[in-house]
Amino acid sequence: MSLELFLLLAAALFSIGLFGALTQQSIVMLMMGLELMLGGVIVGAAAVWHYIAPAAADGQVLVVLAVTVMAVEMVVGFAVVTALFRSREVDMTDMAAELKE
Amino acid sequence: MPDEVIFWVLALVAVAAGVMVFRFDSMARATYALLTSLLCVGGEVLLLGLDYLGVVIVLMMTIEMAIMAVFMVMYMMNPAGLMPMTMVHNKKGAAAICAAVFAVLAAGVLLAPWPSRRGRPSADPTMDLGLSLMGPQMLTMMALGLALFATIVATVVLATRRGRYDRFGDDLKARTPDDAVRGGTGR
Amino acid sequence: MPDAAPLWATVVLPVALAVAAVVAAGFDAMLSGSAERGPAGSVREAGLRALAPLREALRLLVQRPRRTTAADRLLGRLGVVLVPVAAVLAGAVLPWGFRAVSDPSVGIVWFNAMEALAWAAVWLAGWGPNSALSLVGGYRFLAQGLAYELPHMFAITTAALGAESLRVGDVVAAQDGLWFVVWMPAAFVVYLLSALAMSFWGPFEHPVSRDAAGGAAAELAGVDRLVFLGGRWLLLVVTAGFSVPLFLGGGHGPLLPGWAWTLVKTVAVLALLVAGRRALPVLRMERYMEVAWMVLVPLTLLQALFVAVVVLNR
Repeated sequence: MSLELFLLLAAALFSIGLFGALTQQSIVMLMMGLELMLGGVIVGAAAVWHYIAPAAADGQVLVVLAVTVMAVEMVVGFAVVTALFRSREVDMTDMAAELKE
Repeated sequence: MPDEVIFWVLALVAVAAGVMVFRFDSMARATYALLTSLLCVGGEVLLLGLDYLGVVIVLMMTIEMAIMAVFMVMYMMNPAGLMPMTMVHNKKGAAAICAAVFAVLAAGVLLAPWPSRRGRPSADPTMDLGLSLMGPQMLTMMALGLALFATIVATVVLATRRGRYDRFGDDLKARTPDDAVRGGTGR
Repeated sequence: MPDAAPLWATVVLPVALAVAAVVAAGFDAMLSGSAERGPAGSVREAGLRALAPLREALRLLVQRPRRTTAADRLLGRLGVVLVPVAAVLAGAVLPWGFRAVSDPSVGIVWFNAMEALAWAAVWLAGWGPNSALSLVGGYRFLAQGLAYELPHMFAITTAALGAESLRVGDVVAAQDGLWFVVWMPAAFVVYLLSALAMSFWGPFEHPVSRDAAGGAAAELAGVDRLVFLGGRWLLLVVTAGFSVPLFLGGGHGPLLPGWAWTLVKTVAVLALLVAGRRALPVLRMERYMEVAWMVLVPLTLLQALFVAVVVLNR
């Protein structure tokens, strides 16, 4: 185990998440991509804490931040989908983009 | 040595489950594949010596994905994957972008001159985190708390169909709200 | 700090939990029997009634499994198996006297995380068979989870706050003189309520209740049903048992050794829950939701505030 291995894992998770966020049409699936990206961020932050600056708690704070962002992102996402669906019966990004026309 | 094995197993499962999230037809399976991936992330964090954060990730992600599954089933046309269909756009472009992003990140990871380890983790990293959040990082903590509170209010406002005028009448004078489902406190 | 338990404890733990679950189920069956058919006339009859759950378990072992169309077998099985597994994993931090199979520095959070697995487990078990009624049961448990989890978390946080540690061993050690239940009564009562809700049993059995033809367990038959419903009893035993180190002083007590006190207290809590079940009607989760968020959350917050002030001035 080394810092590089952990960061490579983080990069892999981030890229897979990015792929999902870019390709998926459904808003809920898109959010799953975002969650995966944030999972990568968590691994990266924890690895940097462990291998570079274990004496300071800043890396841990970053993990807390990422976990909170995940929760907030999911909740807001679902609220927006619910609101969109309620008013327009829209649940896909492409359909939401058409709304502005 | 056992740590090495645990790391590789968790890492491979995390990546494989992450890929499967976007390959499963069934939304329930996709959600629980994501949960598997994130539980492995929690395991890696535990492996790095952050006991508290690792367990909290396991706790939060389990609850989050259990709730997420409800919305997945609610908003997808094909929740159980009984009629396979793809709902993706621009797959090739996205794949190219993601491969490029991974290549750049990996090059950065491998080429960057990482500083050597400074200091040692204290005996109780959880205590460190608590002291930090309640001391020098107080502002972060306050901002997080405020953001979470704002999120709760905003999401309820966004998601609810019935406002207070629906519940308490036009002049808001009704003593008991007119709800479709009565709660348990007898109001 | 308690010392680590020997390795064989890992093997003994599931067995001990299972025995406790069978005893609790037997006691419950005895109470049900005397409520339905009058008090048992002889010791033999009482014994037969107490053995009813075991007979049912044997019957389920040989019953044919039920297949449903287009079932998601993988996820359904996962959900069924996860119920007892979560219970045993949560039981790993349960101190037996002053020793637990494992006593990590974040034992209380670990316990909470493992019981949260029950959310996923019940929903998966309801989703698996591709049946409307069982999915209704799964959804009911998620709603119930949202209702009980917040007061529950505040209740166990209060105990950790009183001991100034997330380690279960430290929480027990902090109750050497005064049990936490004496100065955290609200947290204790809320914990007992959520212990029932978490094992979807008694007044909180709406997710598997009769009005949905068995809810999440509607389509389960044979070994699956045994594992799921047995896992539910395991969850009840573990959550009831965890109230002992959290609020009832763990192994502390006069005369008897630690393990005996743990046993006595666990049996007392379980007996209270099993007997108390008969005094309470089944609660619908939307009713409990409002009570939980409007009454129990402020109550537990006040309790935590009180404990925090006491701890700061200690």
